[in-house]
Amino acid sequence: MSAYAFPGLANYWIAIVLMMIGLYVVMAHENLIKKIVGLNIFQVSVFVLYISMGKVKGGPAPILADNITIYSNPLPHVLILTAIVVGVATTALGLALIVRVNEQYGSIEDDDIRDLENAE
Amino acid sequence: MSVDVISSDLLNVALLVFMGITAVAVARLRNLFAVVMLSGIYSLLGATLYVVLDAVDVAFTEAAVGAGISTVLMLGTLALTTSREKATPTARARTAMALSVAIGAVLIYATLDMPLFGDPSAPINHHVVPRYLDESLEETGVPNVVTAVLASYRGYDTLGETFVIFTAACGVLVLIGRPRRRKTDGTGASKA
Repeated sequence: MSAYAFPGLANYWIAIVLMMIGLYVVMAHENLIKKIVGLNIFQVSVFVLYISMGKVKGGPAPILADNITIYSNPLPHVLILTAIVVGVATTALGLALIVRVNEQYGSIEDDDIRDLENAE
Repeated sequence: MSVDVISSDLLNVALLVFMGITAVAVARLRNLFAVVMLSGIYSLLGATLYVVLDAVDVAFTEAAVGAGISTVLMLGTLALTTSREKATPTARARTAMALSVAIGAVLIYATLDMPLFGDPSAPINHHVVPRYLDESLEETGVPNVVTAVLASYRGYDTLGETFVIFTAACGVLVLIGRPRRRKTDGTGASKA
């Protein structure tokens, strides 16, 4: 067994399970706020997947210091920093749309809104 | 392998399992207030996990932006709309479950080709990364490599990110920023 047997691929697997829970919430639920929360769950699990790939065993955070030769990979960190901020921007826009939809239809349930649309 | 490496791996898996429990609770609960709070906890667990995985800058941002600002925005939306979700039709839930299990199985099959967790010889740790680690202190004078890449080598990316936030802020303001006349026909504009 190599030194990297634990957690091996388990980190990626759990991240994928989290991702699928998020996808399930987005697909299964009619409530628009719940859909946004599902999207957030999906998003954070993608971040976990990336950060897991950048971890190097025995390496500290990539802040340069003397006497340290091995560091964790800084590139996924940079990508995910950008993604987090963009993620909150899209969340804010989605929530604003939900508030508008609620003003227009008096409901934030997808199927209710569809019925109201068809009735008009 | 030293003891603290093993214990940090155990902590890593334990945090991921906690995140899983939180996510399942989010999927099952119908009180939206509890759902939003759990989503904040989920983000905070994620931030703790990033510290364990050495991504301290990401952890900082996730705790402030993901767990903080997102939760506040969602609570604001709950105040303007409703905090109770209707029951989900079972047929739809079953289709969604089948689809997500299928996609998850394909993705897990795809990970079998990936290098093991923490392996320094993985392809992701080569190519441009050693150059950043070796040269960035001399070229930018910033000891934190993440900051050096974010603000110096990839400065235009960060500028683009600012444009994205600006656009989103404009969108939000256009959608709900201005005061509107209340509609006279009754529906809508309940509490806003």
